[in-house]
Formats: sequence, structure tokens, C-alpha cells
Amino acid sequence: MQIQLRNPNTIMKLSRLGSFHQSKLSFLRSFLDEFKDWEFKNDLFDLDKNGFGTVVYSFKKGTRIYSLICYANKISDEERSDRVIATKWDAAFTLHDGVPTKKDIERLRNEVPRQEVGRLSYKELTLSRANKSLRVFNHVVDRLSRGKQPDLELLNKVGYLYRTTAVYGSGKFGLADRFRIKNREEINGPFRLEMMLVYLVRQFTFDQVNHVAKSINPKKAVELDPKICKNLGIGNSTGLGMAPFIVNHPTLLNNWILSREKALKKIRELKKVKIHESEMFKNCLRESIRNITSWNTESEYQKNKIKNLLKDVRKFLNFVEKKFNFDVDYPFNKIYIWLENKTCEECIEYVVSIMMEPFNHITKPLINEMSSEEEKYFNIPAHRSVKELKNIIKKRYPNILKINFQKKENYKKFWFISKNKEEPRLADNRFEEIGSELEQPLAIARDIKKLYEKLNLSKGNLTIDKFLIKYSELRHVIRRAFIIEKFPYSEIQDNTISEKTIPIDMLRLKLSFFGALKFDPRSDKWLRICMFQGAPLPNELKNFDEQWVYKKN
Amino acid sequence: MKSLSEIETTSKRASRAAGFSWGIAEEVGKGVRLLESFGFSGIRTLNEFYKDKNILKYEIISSIRKKNKPKKFSFCPINLGVRFLDQIKKIDSFKKVSFHKISYPLLFLPFLSKGSEIIGKKISFKFDKSNILLNFNLNMTSNIVKKKIPILAKNVEVIFLENTDNFTDLEWKNLYKYSEKTFVEETESLKRGAAGAGLTDND
Repeated sequence: MQIQLRNPNTIMKLSRLGSFHQSKLSFLRSFLDEFKDWEFKNDLFDLDKNGFGTVVYSFKKGTRIYSLICYANKISDEERSDRVIATKWDAAFTLHDGVPTKKDIERLRNEVPRQEVGRLSYKELTLSRANKSLRVFNHVVDRLSRGKQPDLELLNKVGYLYRTTAVYGSGKFGLADRFRIKNREEINGPFRLEMMLVYLVRQFTFDQVNHVAKSINPKKAVELDPKICKNLGIGNSTGLGMAPFIVNHPTLLNNWILSREKALKKIRELKKVKIHESEMFKNCLRESIRNITSWNTESEYQKNKIKNLLKDVRKFLNFVEKKFNFDVDYPFNKIYIWLENKTCEECIEYVVSIMMEPFNHITKPLINEMSSEEEKYFNIPAHRSVKELKNIIKKRYPNILKINFQKKENYKKFWFISKNKEEPRLADNRFEEIGSELEQPLAIARDIKKLYEKLNLSKGNLTIDKFLIKYSELRHVIRRAFIIEKFPYSEIQDNTISEKTIPIDMLRLKLSFFGALKFDPRSDKWLRICMFQGAPLPNELKNFDEQWVYKKN
Repeated sequence: MKSLSEIETTSKRASRAAGFSWGIAEEVGKGVRLLESFGFSGIRTLNEFYKDKNILKYEIISSIRKKNKPKKFSFCPINLGVRFLDQIKKIDSFKKVSFHKISYPLLFLPFLSKGSEIIGKKISFKFDKSNILLNFNLNMTSNIVKKKIPILAKNVEVIFLENTDNFTDLEWKNLYKYSEKTFVEETESLKRGAAGAGLTDND
């Protein structure tokens, strides 16, 4: 049976993209799989009694070594902020290519803690900083130093000791450009080195908390139970910085979504599934309920989504356990159709992710297809005609063409880059705020519609090079329209500047591909998440349970 | 040291600020990145061009012909570059194109380089005493890398080089003879068994 890939005009709507969940294709999971047989080492541990100083960890295989250098500094409580406007953090990190020399460590000591205003070199691959969850960190130190394990209820509620507030890579602030490392086999997947950094930061948080507790009470202190460590991840506060990324990297976005869609298609096309495969699916589904019920948020928007998700997942579980027989032909296709008819978007995408769990032979090859050589698709085929371009737009952007951009509410917001931090921001009202004349080219829906209207005024046989002479301001969307012709999942099929736009949907899409759990929106523009919660510790990597996301330790 | 990613982003934003559309600014960002990665002074030249842009006027071109002479001012390298790239398939048929007065010719090079990749031909760019060869966007060779490229190219020739060998037949034959020394002379038995063919070829 041939199943069609799902329609991009449905899947690429923001509400659907904002319902995506982590899966086996997620970058943190593929990172663990890739680095499971690498040698992990703690090369330097030079912290004072308060936990301030320098630590180095490394992953090594053959002659290749990646080293995380951690700088833990004292900051006052008033200086601690997760906002991107902060200038000091509890700890700052960089992933160094190879073994850092003493000179490297000293050079970086002056740069890494300064983050965006520091300068890195081509020898550094990623950069990040993190703040303590003071409440949890202090509680854990206090308990451990008294020879006791911490209160699990508090730990479960927060889920981490530290949260990162930004992770940078790919040439930012002097870091190595991607071209320097892109041919390395072990990083043949997006954001792999960013994932490595976050994973090693998690280990640093455990080692630091143990060290501080022991310094307070060397005789009585105990170490944090490894089982508790495993259930702690790394938090992350994410603002709008990553939203434009998915607009600015259309072929990359396509390859992420297409891999997910191909996986689903292949699973739906399986005529028969083995008992252990259907059992694994059902187990993950059952166990995953814990992930939903332990998902804490103050956001009414998210609470509502979680409530509906829980209701629908329970309904689906009941269906699968009591009314469904996996002996039928094409069982996952039947399941998928049932989900489409009976459950909400959030539940559909949640179960689609779980469907992938038993099928490594389907997901593993797809992981290698999730990067993109974007340069290859940059040139505009300007010899093609207005008629051809119009047809592409009609076929690929049908929903966008229906939006009425004469109405103010449909173009009320605008994206800009803040002068203070050179970070993307979304202004709520272009009619009242200053700066809309410096708008970033992220209002793709509006500009595509405008392009279509101008194409309608031109002769069909006119070539694009001639059209561009008159309409140079539309060049960026002409490029995109030719990209989407080949890459159907490269574009968000929604209006990103409407009064009703919920930008965290864009963040959520990207974070789901990272492998984040427990999205906790703090407003419509930033959210907190948790990464690597439940993941194996470095000393367990050689032999770990691949379904750790759904298991309680 | 600045990364190429920083060079591209900053050049793009500066180009937008200088009044180019976002789509053209993207092209300039990629172009300056290319120049810097090939060892040409892209950032310095773009800086000088934008400084002058406030004072000087440039000729804007729509369609590129075999011979192109501005009416009053010199050609803007970015406007000309974008047109060149967009019209490359048509221009290729001219075999040779001449321009009179291109300002900041270095900024025109990335467009020629990309054009070379699109049509699959090397492009020779000659002006005054300078000669630059664009090789399918893989590299640029020049007799002026170390020297400062002038800010005005008065008489420019762009030649599309046909795909021909860069060596003589004799040179090729001699080398081929060496390569033959890695081959095995086939015996009757090897002919029968080593190729993997069937017993008959007439089925």
C-alpha cells in the first residue's frame, strides 16, 4: 500500500508545528546514539569550596577529542537573570575542538564568561551560559551536606539544577564556521555539538553540587544518588532568538519535517508488525502518561493543551488496549486514521512521535538526511517565467493567498533586530511602535501574497530576470518560492505577523526537534523547557535503554 | 578573527542599510563571504563602496548587452552583478561582453563566480592590466591578489571560456601511456572468466 506524505499545507500550519513533540529523530537522542561508544573523561576539576573555578570534560574516540570547558563564577542574586539582556551568569561554557592547552583555558577565561561581547576562535565550536535554579541547587547542597538525599517532590517539580539561557554555534562571536567541521562523520546531524555541550553541562551541575556539599561538611556529606541525577535534566529558557532561524533556513526546516513525514509514511505502510514492536509502542504510550501528568506550567494556554492531550491520549490508549488488534494489515495506518478523526492536533503529533520508537531501521537512515547544504539552492532560476512562478505559488501557498493583508490585524506585528543585543524581537503593533521601517524579512506570507499580486499584473511569458528589474524588493521571496517548489516542507504556512500569531509555536517546533520536554510558556514570547531529563549518565552510555524518555528510573 | 558567518551577516545587514532590498542584500552577504574566503579584501572594499555611495552617483543597468556603456556615471557593481547573474543564460550566448567603467570591480566578482558555476564555464574578467579567472565558483585566480584592486575598472571584458582542454594532445597521450602501466594484459583464460559475461551475448 502506498501512503502519501501528509499535506504540507496542513502540517506546516503554526498550530500543528506548535504541537510537535520529541521523537527518535530528535537531535539530543541521535547525539546520545552517536556518542554512546566515545570515551568520557573529566580532565580537570579545579573548583574552590564554593564551587567556583574551572572544570574540563571530554569525549574522545580515536584521535578526535571534544572538550567542554566550564567556568563557574560568583554572581550576586540581583545579577542573576535568564533574560537575554543579562551580562553575568553562574556558569559559562565552551566546547573546544581538541584538548585545550593551559593557554587556551586562560584565553577563554577572559572571553567565555562575557558571552556575546567576548571573542572566541575557530578552535571553539559552541558557547553557552547557565544559571542555577537557586531554590533547587541550595536545597540539594543543604541536604547532601547533611548526609541526606534531596526532596524528590521539589526536584520533580523543577527537573533541573541549572538552566541554560542561550546556546550559540556556527560562527557566532568568532566560533568555528560550520564548513570547518561539516564533513566529520560523528556530527552528521543538526546541532549535534550544541547537544554535546548541553549534555556535558548537565554532568557539570551534578559534579558541582556534590563538590559544594562535600566542602561544607566533608565528613557527613553524601553524593547525589545517580538515580536522582538521571531524573534531572538541564533547563533552558528560550526567547524569540530561535524563531527566525526556522524562517531563515528553509531547506533545513524542510529536511527536518520531511524526515518526520517519511518516517510516519513508512510506518503506516508496514503491512504487519511484530508482537515486540506493538508491545514497545503500547508500553511507551502507557509510560508516557507520566510525562504528561508531571508536566508543570503556569500558562493557561499550555495547561489547556496539556489537559486536552491527556484526555485524548487516555482515550487513544483505551482504544489501542481494548478495541484494537495489531494483527490486522497496516495497523499503524489504521491507528493514524483513527487519531486524525478522534483526537486533537497535539495528540496526533504526540502519538506519531511514539510510533517511531520500535522502528530503528526506519528512523536511523533518516537522521542522516536532516542536515542541508543550503548554498546549493540559493540561486534564483531567473530564466523561468512569470507563469511558472505563479503556478508554484498557487500550488504551494494556497492558504497564504487567502489572507487579506488589507486588514490591519493581519500585519500588525513586525520582526526586528534589537540594537542592544542584536537579537530578533517581535513588536506587537507596527502602528504604534517605532522601527517598522527596519522590519526583518520574516513576513513571508505577506510578501508572497504581494509577489503573487505583482505577478498577476505581468505577462505570463515574461522571464523572472525581467520581472526582477521592476520588483527588486521581492527578490527574497522569489528565491523562497523556487525553493519551496523542490522542498515542500520548507515554509511555515501561516502568517507570522498577524495580531493572532503565537510565536512560541515557532519555538516549540524547533525545540521538539532538539528533543525538549515539558514546554512551559512564560508568555507568548518565551518558554522554559527541560533537556536530557531521564537520559543516561555519561558512564551509562555504552549500554542504555533507547526508550529512556518514557521510563521512570 | 571574524568567522565567515559573521562576515556574511554583517555585510547583508549593512547592504540593507545602504538601501538595497533584502534579496539583494542576501546576495551581497554571500558575495563578500566568498571574497574573504578566497583571500580578497571584500570587507574593506564594501566599506569603501558604501562610504562613496553617499557621495557618488552610479549608473543603474537593466538589460546587459554585448557592449555596455554608461550614459553619465560608472556602473554600480552590485546592481550590475545582480543583473549579470539573473541574465547569465542569455549573456553566455554573447561569448564576450564589454563594459565601460565599473566602480569597485571587486564587488562584481562574486556574481561572475556564481555565473560561472551556473553555466558550467570558466569566465575571464579583464580590465586595464588586471586579469581574473573565475573557476565554477570553486576558486578565483588572479594576477592582482596582493595588489589593491582599483576602485574603477575603465575598460572591462568578460569572456566566457569554452570548455576545452588546458593541455596538448601529446601531453595527454604521454600521460595516458604511463597510466597504462597499471593495466593487466588479458590472457585467453582471463578474457573468458574475468569479465563476468554470459556464454552468449546474443540472447
